[in-house]
Amino acid sequence: MAQASVAQDHQSSWWHRNQQQLTPWLFLAPGMLFFLFYVIFPIFQSFNLSLYEWDGLGQAEYVGLYNYEELYWDEAFYTSLKNNVIWLFLYLLAIPAGLFIALFLNQTVTGIRLYKSLFFFPFVISQVVVGLVFTWFYDPTFGILNVLLGSVGLPPVNVLGDENWVTVGIIVAGLWPQTAYCMILYLTGLNAVDPEQIEAGRLDGAKGWKMLWYIIVPQLRPATFIAFVVTIIGALRSFDLISVMTNGGPFGASRVLSFYMFEVALSEYGFRMGYGAAIAVVLFLIMLAFIAYFLWSMYKEEKAR
Amino acid sequence: MFPTPIERTSRSWQVTYQSLLPLALILWLLPLIAVAIFSVKPDSDFANANYWGWPSEFKGFTNYWLVFTASDMPQYLLNSFKITIPTVIGAVALSCMTGFALGIYKFKANIWIFFMFVAGNFVPFQILMVPVRDLTLQLGLYNTITGLVLFHVAFQTGFCTLFMRNFIRALPFELIEAARVEGISEWRIFWFVVLPLMKPAIAALAVLMFTFIWNDYFWAIVLTQGVESQPVTAGITSFNAQYRAAYHLMSAGSIVAALPPVAMFFLMQRHFIAGLTLGAVK
Repeated sequence: MAQASVAQDHQSSWWHRNQQQLTPWLFLAPGMLFFLFYVIFPIFQSFNLSLYEWDGLGQAEYVGLYNYEELYWDEAFYTSLKNNVIWLFLYLLAIPAGLFIALFLNQTVTGIRLYKSLFFFPFVISQVVVGLVFTWFYDPTFGILNVLLGSVGLPPVNVLGDENWVTVGIIVAGLWPQTAYCMILYLTGLNAVDPEQIEAGRLDGAKGWKMLWYIIVPQLRPATFIAFVVTIIGALRSFDLISVMTNGGPFGASRVLSFYMFEVALSEYGFRMGYGAAIAVVLFLIMLAFIAYFLWSMYKEEKAR
Repeated sequence: MFPTPIERTSRSWQVTYQSLLPLALILWLLPLIAVAIFSVKPDSDFANANYWGWPSEFKGFTNYWLVFTASDMPQYLLNSFKITIPTVIGAVALSCMTGFALGIYKFKANIWIFFMFVAGNFVPFQILMVPVRDLTLQLGLYNTITGLVLFHVAFQTGFCTLFMRNFIRALPFELIEAARVEGISEWRIFWFVVLPLMKPAIAALAVLMFTFIWNDYFWAIVLTQGVESQPVTAGITSFNAQYRAAYHLMSAGSIVAALPPVAMFFLMQRHFIAGLTLGAVK
């Protein structure tokens, strides 16, 4: 009906008749072109590249599935995969930790706003700096961790030099900013919790944990969903901290797929673009499972509107 | 409100809470406090193994002065600004348009294009790394600020589109219909009706983008090398190699590198948090 009136007011040129069909495409064109060339096409190119042996300069040689076969026998690949799983699970601790801090800060005492933003601080800082600071904390000669351990009579630990502890040590560094992120999501969520339901719960005798679990947490669902999305994506993207803190060491014990891929394709260990692409494809497929789930959830919500 | 408001609890818990707050904060920010103290210590403190104690004298000015005069830090900082600001402008501008198209118009491919942006925004960087590096090389933009900016704009358009589209969806659609009845062209509806309403979203997105891009490290080391084009996140690692074990200078350098997004956050806090938590509440 809007269209009809537009057509009546103007002379009925081709542009005016089709304006509403064409406008969205004109608006989409620049953004889509950029996105296609820099994001969508490269995904397919990487799939293709994983079938080649290529040093980045000379002629690429088609090798079929050889790169994947090599991956199957590559122990470093399994170390990275295992570490990715550890990252995924331990990183999720940021969600309950964030909720805990949010509950702690969800008060109205004087200065609480400043407290909230200072608690959020770690998220704003670059992971490069976070990694640097935690490296000093863990330092075997002067790190405060060993000072503390020594003060309660425990032997010193070289966290970043110990194959068994290195990944956990890096994840703890990563949890710091991630917890801050989840905290801010939950603080916003808590703001919108329905006070009437809380009062009703109180009348029914719900208190403490019961109140939290049965009345508050269900209402925080949207915040929890976003916290899950950003935490899972963050865990699988972990790169900066590993690169800064250990560079994959000791003896490759702290590698994850994203770091191993970079190492294979772009470091002094050789420029094996095809093999790197194969690792990236595996990482992509893992991520795809989550992306598909996220999109599906969004799709359901769109339909429900 | 949950938990129970503090003023409705017992006196003893009120006192405990009030004293717990600053304690928890200090514990939480201990890593940052440590760096801040490191950065004003004299060199000799580290030689005398006074790592975690109080500085023996205040050398803050000397340390920061050194960072700005005796290292490449100013150049790296400048590069970071030259990368971050155009990226923010570019990504926000593109996503205003894509968000408008996807938020206002109903056409078959709408949801699929939207999902393409969302999904692309979540992919691991590594699957893009080799082709993007190759594309940048072919364009002759490897190791240039332009090359890095172009990629960042393209990639961030994914997240920004998600953000803008959802924001525009929440605007009252009657406004647009009314404008159409008046016979205003679609382009003018975008410019004069929708864009002014998008100001808060633009502000939120701009601060978020600023932080994300400023803190990027991966693409900085993939697409650039050297002082002439690398941003401060990549620069800090070579800075650290140069001042190995000079903890006071490394700390001062880190603080300088972290300061712009921190300042941005404190100046634009409301927008920043609104942007970050979009969708956290129904």
